[in-house]
Amino acid sequence: MNPMNYVILATVLFSVGATAVLLRRNAIIAFMGIELMLNASNLLLVTFARVNGAIAGQVDAFAVLVVAAAEVVVGLAIIIALSRSRQNISLDEPSEMKG
Amino acid sequence: MLHLSWLIIAVPLASAAVILLAGRAARKWGHWLAVAASATTVIVGIGAFVQMLGLDRGDRAFHETLFRWIPGGELSVDAGILVDPLSMSFVLLVSVVGTLIHVYSVAYMEHDPRRSTFFAYLNLFIAAMFLLVLADSYLLLFVGWEGVGLASYLLIGFWNQKSEFATAANKAFIVNRIGDMGLILAMALMFAHLGSVDFAHAFAAAPGASTGVLTAIGLALLLAACGKSAQFPLQSWLGDAMAGPTPVSALIHAATMVTAGVYLVVRSGPIFAGAPNALLAVAAVGAITLVMGAIIGMAKDDIKKALAASTMSQIGYMMLAAGLGPVGYAFAIFHLLTHGFFKAGMFLGAGSVMHGMDDQVNMRRFGGLATLMKFTWVTFGLGWLAILGVPPFSGFWSKDKIIEAAFIGDGWKPWVFGLTAMLGAGLTAYYMSRLFFMTFYGGKRWTDDQHPHESPLMMTVPMMILAAGSAVLGLVLARGNAFTAWLEPVTGTVAHGEPVLAVPLIMTLTLILVALGVAAAYFQYVSRPVPITEPRASVLTLAARRDLFQDTVNGALVQWPGEVLTRIAVYADAAAIDGAVNKTASGTAGLGEVVRKLQTGKVRSYAATMLVGVVILLAIVVKGGR
Amino acid sequence: MREEVMFWTLGPVMVLASLTLLFARKAVHVAMGVVVVMIGLAVIYVAQDAPFLGVVQIVVYTGAVMMLFLFVLMLVGVDQRESLRETIRGQRVISILAAGGLAALLIGFLGKVVIDPAHVGGLTQANAAGNPQAIAGVMFGSFVLVMEALGVLLTIAAVGAIVLTFVPRMSPTLNQRTRSDARIQGGLDPVNKPMPGVYARHNALDTPALDPLGNPLEASISRVLRARKQELEVPGLPQAPEIEPPAFDGNEREGGTP
Repeated sequence: MNPMNYVILATVLFSVGATAVLLRRNAIIAFMGIELMLNASNLLLVTFARVNGAIAGQVDAFAVLVVAAAEVVVGLAIIIALSRSRQNISLDEPSEMKG
Repeated sequence: MLHLSWLIIAVPLASAAVILLAGRAARKWGHWLAVAASATTVIVGIGAFVQMLGLDRGDRAFHETLFRWIPGGELSVDAGILVDPLSMSFVLLVSVVGTLIHVYSVAYMEHDPRRSTFFAYLNLFIAAMFLLVLADSYLLLFVGWEGVGLASYLLIGFWNQKSEFATAANKAFIVNRIGDMGLILAMALMFAHLGSVDFAHAFAAAPGASTGVLTAIGLALLLAACGKSAQFPLQSWLGDAMAGPTPVSALIHAATMVTAGVYLVVRSGPIFAGAPNALLAVAAVGAITLVMGAIIGMAKDDIKKALAASTMSQIGYMMLAAGLGPVGYAFAIFHLLTHGFFKAGMFLGAGSVMHGMDDQVNMRRFGGLATLMKFTWVTFGLGWLAILGVPPFSGFWSKDKIIEAAFIGDGWKPWVFGLTAMLGAGLTAYYMSRLFFMTFYGGKRWTDDQHPHESPLMMTVPMMILAAGSAVLGLVLARGNAFTAWLEPVTGTVAHGEPVLAVPLIMTLTLILVALGVAAAYFQYVSRPVPITEPRASVLTLAARRDLFQDTVNGALVQWPGEVLTRIAVYADAAAIDGAVNKTASGTAGLGEVVRKLQTGKVRSYAATMLVGVVILLAIVVKGGR
Repeated sequence: MREEVMFWTLGPVMVLASLTLLFARKAVHVAMGVVVVMIGLAVIYVAQDAPFLGVVQIVVYTGAVMMLFLFVLMLVGVDQRESLRETIRGQRVISILAAGGLAALLIGFLGKVVIDPAHVGGLTQANAAGNPQAIAGVMFGSFVLVMEALGVLLTIAAVGAIVLTFVPRMSPTLNQRTRSDARIQGGLDPVNKPMPGVYARHNALDTPALDPLGNPLEASISRVLRARKQELEVPGLPQAPEIEPPAFDGNEREGGTP
């Protein structure tokens, strides 16, 4: 089978994740969008590891996985802290960054 | 003792540092430490002098490098001292007169709360002055040159609670800066064309340089000398410098610092040797100042300002002598020494008079003090006779030589300079007699609440010693041309030319002029009562009272254009430079106002922006990849 | 052939599941959709000679990360519904255009690329000793420093999460001594409340204890039982009052203080 199919599947998943980050106001959903993007990139790594016959790609994917896990822990902690202080986890709410 | 010469600089410097650092603690002993430091310089100086006398004439130049000072590539200057007959003369003058004035000041400044500070400054001054005369390079000389300027500034403004005194100090400092610029220019020229700024190398290279370069260096040195020695056209600060305590006027503004210009010219003899035009300029400046100082001195009623004008005039004599070239160098230094003694003595006398008259300085308020202040009268009288040039007092020996030397030469020069010098002698006789008569003779003109009295011994003894010097120094040094011979290793041997007039004739004419001057003063100020207020007077007198409008001229020539330039610069700064900066700032702020609208604070907008950016970049990459 | 079947079955399912991210209103539904995607990815990994990663994907993503998401969802409120109406002007258009542009660009560009299956290296050789062993060989061989750094990163992340969610105690700790002190201060019985009754024939929580005079003690019976009228009828015990369900208050749950 042409490995490019996997690449295109990864692209689609990535785009959907990106769109979710941009469109969803719920911080948790947006966060899941980010996870989806990470996984899409992982799919690419695994695919090309196979194409090139290099096991290092899978190791990289594993590293991405670990980083993603760490990111999830911190991100969710932030979301909890946010919901504690605001009773709300809408992404539009914290607009102190407004210039 | 020659190898200990560095102590002459170090001891007073250390003493000044100790006193200044000790602050209040030094109030009780600071002045005695300063006197001791000064006395040490006399001992070391005399020791070195005796040792030098024991040497052969040709070996009488002791040079010692103290440390590598500026080891910088092509410009490598070492700090070293050079003790030769010329600097030795200065060392003796400064140490002896300086010590006497230190002693005098102990009594004179007795009631001043900042007496120890005053002594620290005095020590700083003599240290700087010794550095100036002992330096072996122009650069080190410059350090001393600035040091004496600083000390002079500090001492003129010693009573700076009075604003006009502080102004006088500033004036002295600023005018001196112009002269300093001359010295810096001279050093730069030397380095560029002679390759060195130390005496030995610069003088060795001087004969090989072009006349134009040497003339430029000479003129720059002359500018420096004019600033320090209050010569025309930088003379205006000296009169105001009398704001300082009288011992300061005696030491710095009569005997030593103001003569540094003469030292500079004489020391630079090898450079002037190749620049006759610069030498002529020196002589011309001396002649002009000599007459100018005399004219101003004739009209001043302030005893210290009259003496200051006289100082200007006498230094004019020295410059004139120095401007005559090697013929006059020795006479210039000779007159400098005798002048140092008699003028310092007279200043101390004036201080003594002021001390007894509650700091009154207006001579029209003196009169008849001869009987009340006998010591002061006698010592001042000796100084007076000396400056008049009455034989056998010391001024006669030195000044008469200068007048004679001025007549040497050919063409118009001997006539102009000689007659000017001779005329100056007459004027000097008039204004010094006027000063002397107004102070010590005639009826008493002081107010009833003043009680003139003789000063304490600690003041009169230094005056007596200086008076003794005024009386006999000239005779001692002139005997058998001893002084000229002493200086010969520095000034070089010169074939003595013949004056255009016969020497006895010159001497007689001069003495006649002097007698005339004294007589005129006598008739005006002793035979007739002296008005307490300034009488109506001729235009010339009025001009002389105002220092020949020197401040007006300076104001019009320098100050006014300077102020206009400053205003223009301020306006340009505010309108153009600040304007540009401010406009840039407000433009940036305005741009920010526009751009900040993009900052919505919504995270998702930012994310969208990022993604759009990524897409654009990707499009470029894909496009470029094809 | 098996791979094609797998791909064309899983691919559309995964894409559809991922679309919940855009269209599902409830966050829980989104999470379930993402779980489906994750499992699909795990299968694909296994199919692509990466069985280790496939397992890890299920364990870490489906088992840990997505469950963590669900926990947090429960913490912040499962019921938070989100209206899909866009509040930022132009955001939807820009987002769809940008994401669509991204997809179009990538697919348009990558779609032309054909990798000859003959040149696909495959990992058969690398995985000869088993995939986890191969990964371990690389990971603890050339990438050991990276691995250590990742370990540090995880530790830091854990500490960071604790710091972020930590809420400092605002009131003093209650221990036995403070409670006892409070009870005496309040003028209450300093010792324990009487235990429920113990009869010869009966030993139960629903039986009141008796004081020395033989009267039943009201305090010896659980309030709950009384409120539910489940206590044993004891003659002489006043009728249980109607008790309001106690308001939740940590400090007064003990009932010792008034």
